[in-house]
Amino acid sequence: MEKNFKNFLTLFWTWFKIGLFTFGGGYAMIALIETEVSEKRKWVTDAELTEIIAVSEATPGPIAINSATYIGYKTMGFWGSLFATIGVVLPSFIVIFLISLFFNDLLQIEIIANAFKGIKAGVAALIILAGLKLFKSVKKIPLSITLFCLSFLLTLSISIFSIDFSTLYLILIGGIIGLFVTLISNVKNKKKNIINDSQTETKTEDTIFTDNTTDNGESL
Amino acid sequence: MIYLNLFWTFFKIGLFTFGGGYAMIPLIEQEVISQNWLTYDALYNYIGISEATPGPFAVNIATFVGTSQGGFWGAICATAGVVLPSFIIILIIAALFKKFSQNRYVKGTLSAITPIVCGLILATGLLVAAKNLITNFGFWDKALAFDFWSLAIVIFVFVIYFIYKKATKKTLSPILIILLSGTMGILVYSFI
Repeated sequence: MEKNFKNFLTLFWTWFKIGLFTFGGGYAMIALIETEVSEKRKWVTDAELTEIIAVSEATPGPIAINSATYIGYKTMGFWGSLFATIGVVLPSFIVIFLISLFFNDLLQIEIIANAFKGIKAGVAALIILAGLKLFKSVKKIPLSITLFCLSFLLTLSISIFSIDFSTLYLILIGGIIGLFVTLISNVKNKKKNIINDSQTETKTEDTIFTDNTTDNGESL
Repeated sequence: MIYLNLFWTFFKIGLFTFGGGYAMIPLIEQEVISQNWLTYDALYNYIGISEATPGPFAVNIATFVGTSQGGFWGAICATAGVVLPSFIIILIIAALFKKFSQNRYVKGTLSAITPIVCGLILATGLLVAAKNLITNFGFWDKALAFDFWSLAIVIFVFVIYFIYKKATKKTLSPILIILLSGTMGILVYSFI
């Protein structure tokens, strides 16, 4: 896409709309992104969009910001990604900033305070529902289930017994375990390939794929 | 230096949030409460609002906490902090890697992070429900009091959610759940 002011404005405005009209975050956003970015503007194909969503899931941060940055970069380089990202963030920023100016005054009204007591219960339900939904995508293998149980029990204990341990480390440790398990299974596969003179086609492909991607893996 | 502190705290939160906004809640809770920025109740009021307003949850909560601590510039610093890790990481991936999501190391790392995040989210949800139910939860030397209505609202939301799902094959949107539980809150706490 030609890098002129009008196109930057279009990019910004499209993502501003996406930021403004998606409630409940995450996956509710995908449908709107598809119509706006893929159908209407044809900035990306559906296959590319699928890859973008997969990348968003594999990287930290909100899916909205990840996809705005990615598609912005693919269409108009660095400045494209900046315009798209600011566009998608700005609506929430403005709305929340305005609300927070008079939010504490609102809470002084008894009926609103009571509504928020109820909302706090609703938030608990929402979080539990999100956890249950994510559990469906957890592979039901011993390693995953063990990690799930450990993380569940540890998070409970941290809160109940006021233990000073950041849940941030839990995620970090998980990532390291995952990386190690992959490395070990890789080494095993390679040994197998050396021992077996008659390699099957799939195994050869597998090794080539691994060699190609070693750089990616290590530089992460 | 509150601005730098806001930026750095939310940068860390942005960097370690996998699996959508909900995974962020335990991290935010630990950081925000240990720094005495917000009380537990204030934080969950903000989370409620964030669920009912447009845009990514991460941005909403960063803007909220930022404004409460440092006004407009506080909001800018916190929001920039939470957005920047994704921005940088995605920029690198978009520029350098093809088929990033197919990479076996990425897949392997993620396959261990997902169950951990899932345990984290479920435990957090149960803890929020428990803290609503039991006043002074975690401060076991203090007198305990119970608010059984909060538990009733959680169960009510679950029942509605699953009936709706059964009937329409669609999931109830978070905004409707917030509205529903808010209405229940008014009914229960003001009139019963």
